Amino acid sequence: MTEAIPRIPLDEWTRSVVDWMTNADFIFDSIEQVISWILQGLYWGMDLVPALLFIAILTAVTYFFAGRKIGLTAFVFFGLLLIVNLGFWDDMITMLSLILAATILSIVIGVPIGIWMAKNNTVEAIVKPILDFMQTMPAFVYLIPAVAFFGIGMEPGVIASVIFGMPPTIRLTNLGIREVSTEAIEAADAFGSTGTQKLFKVQLPMAKTTIMAGVNQTIMLSLSMVVIASMIGADGLGDIVYTAVGRNDVGSGFEAGLAIVVVAIILDRLTAGFGLRKRKS
Amino acid sequence: MSKIKVENLTKVFGKKPNRALSLLSEDKSKAEILEKTGLTVGVNKASFEVQDGEIFVIMGLSGSGKSTLVRLLNRLIEPTQGSVYLNGNDLATVDQKTLRNIRRKDMSMVFQKFGLFPFRTILSNVEYGLEIQGVDKKQRTEKAMESLKLVGLEGYENKYPDELSGGMQQRVGLARAFANDSDVLLMDEAFSALDPLIRKDMQDELLDLQETMKKTIIFITHDLDEALRIGDRITIMKDGKIVQIGTPEEILTNPADEYVEKFVEDVDRSKVYTASNVMMRPETVQPEREGPRVALQRMRENGISSIFAVKRNRELIGIVDASDVRKLVDEKQDDLTSAIKMDALKVVEMDTPVNDVIELTAETSYPIAVLENGKLRGIIIRSSILAALSGKEVNLDD
Repeated sequence: MTEAIPRIPLDEWTRSVVDWMTNADFIFDSIEQVISWILQGLYWGMDLVPALLFIAILTAVTYFFAGRKIGLTAFVFFGLLLIVNLGFWDDMITMLSLILAATILSIVIGVPIGIWMAKNNTVEAIVKPILDFMQTMPAFVYLIPAVAFFGIGMEPGVIASVIFGMPPTIRLTNLGIREVSTEAIEAADAFGSTGTQKLFKVQLPMAKTTIMAGVNQTIMLSLSMVVIASMIGADGLGDIVYTAVGRNDVGSGFEAGLAIVVVAIILDRLTAGFGLRKRKS
Repeated sequence: MSKIKVENLTKVFGKKPNRALSLLSEDKSKAEILEKTGLTVGVNKASFEVQDGEIFVIMGLSGSGKSTLVRLLNRLIEPTQGSVYLNGNDLATVDQKTLRNIRRKDMSMVFQKFGLFPFRTILSNVEYGLEIQGVDKKQRTEKAMESLKLVGLEGYENKYPDELSGGMQQRVGLARAFANDSDVLLMDEAFSALDPLIRKDMQDELLDLQETMKKTIIFITHDLDEALRIGDRITIMKDGKIVQIGTPEEILTNPADEYVEKFVEDVDRSKVYTASNVMMRPETVQPEREGPRVALQRMRENGISSIFAVKRNRELIGIVDASDVRKLVDEKQDDLTSAIKMDALKVVEMDTPVNDVIELTAETSYPIAVLENGKLRGIIIRSSILAALSGKEVNLDD
């Protein structure tokens, strides 16, 4: 009976859509160019600072902006020293540029979409299932069109990370704005705020903690993409892990993996700290 | 002069609200309309006028539409029908820009749960209204500090809302509303979230401020005591409809229907009533033309042991005791004057609060005389006070 119905050629359709889209090369080229600039800028900026100075700065930032926790501060300091010691510093900076580029793009694209969703129920109804789709589709699958449109290298890695990592930022921006108390909204309206004033002076500040939780998730998801992105030629710590897997080299695989974990913990605690950061009273 | 004039203001919640409007004009009830159309009537053809400088209280239980009504006034909720005239402008029809200007300059609002912005300092919360108008930093800080001073919160300007108690937070809400210099203040259950003692302080303070500021205040509450304390006039709402509008005394003494009557049933009347509300018609004797025999006869008829002596124009002379009058009768005297006593008598004015009268009843065994320009208008005995406080009608005219 199942044979009676012809197979739906989903694969064929997808292929032709992607094929057709490669006609719009100039768009993808300019996107790639922008991402490339961001990546280079980030790498150049972080590479400019000597490793030890970088560690000192980051340790200080951790202490003063993430709740003055001695334990966390010590972890940041020794964790980063370990990475230098293992000789992964440059790869770490490369990976960090990829993650930061993906995060910046996720925020720039995701926050406005989240705001739009919060303001419009129809948009929310349309965007929500798309986000579900983006998050549940196995991350590997994004690599294929990414390569088709952007070739291989860091840029398609960033694109894949953005698609995979952006949903939490969108979702939590939407949630954060919707959660702002009706009285605060009414107060903003009753004193004659314009829509823009209400958004920037009331809604976004009040949603800040929730939005930062989303950004934190986005960073973590981008981190989880670095090894996958190395399959399409992204450099960095992920590439070392990928190579180690290919050579069945447990030793260097563990080293690079550990370095990623250290970076992950630092990024997580730092961004969580920023989100919860209380005012200076 | 009336500052705000509301005409036929109606709000129907739900899709295609016009379906309910024709039913409303047929005087169908809220429940009937809900059943027929699935639409909820928030406010049903409310009309009233608020005078300049008046505290106008809108009172009702939850669900009576009072909070909706106040939000219709500044269009936080869009009216379905009707008009709100402020200084002659119909707010219900103005465009968004004009509306925004009116909200900025002419109407401020104070909220039940304060509606403060938690991430802003007290000072910058108070500045908010001016900030969005583009007033420069120095000027708005000055203005905000002034309003904070007004509500007694100097020294707290750099704190955050969650570091302040509820009462103080609501003072910030008041200061924020004052900072805009608007004539009209909408207060939505502004003191309901505060505990009773603080609430009373805030009410007193509002009345004090009102003495000098003379704002037009529309005050929403579900608490009748609060309404009676601060309201110049009170509106009672039920099921979105205005049931009665009147001064506190009118509401208490002359409830429009059973609903209002029930509402005012357990109010603490001693705070609102004055001597004139609890006095009874006095039995009198006029010594100028009536002698001891008449006086004795009148006391016997009414079963009382003393009687007030007045002049022809009802000016109070004093009181005579039955025992003294009997003595005069026994001595066959024709003149009452020698029996009249004044010193043991307690006298109050028509508008003396009942609370003060109660104290006096302990100091004398005679009824208390209620005077108006020296003329006897009524007397108060303990049982008439009790009757009035328990909600029974005191009979003035028999």
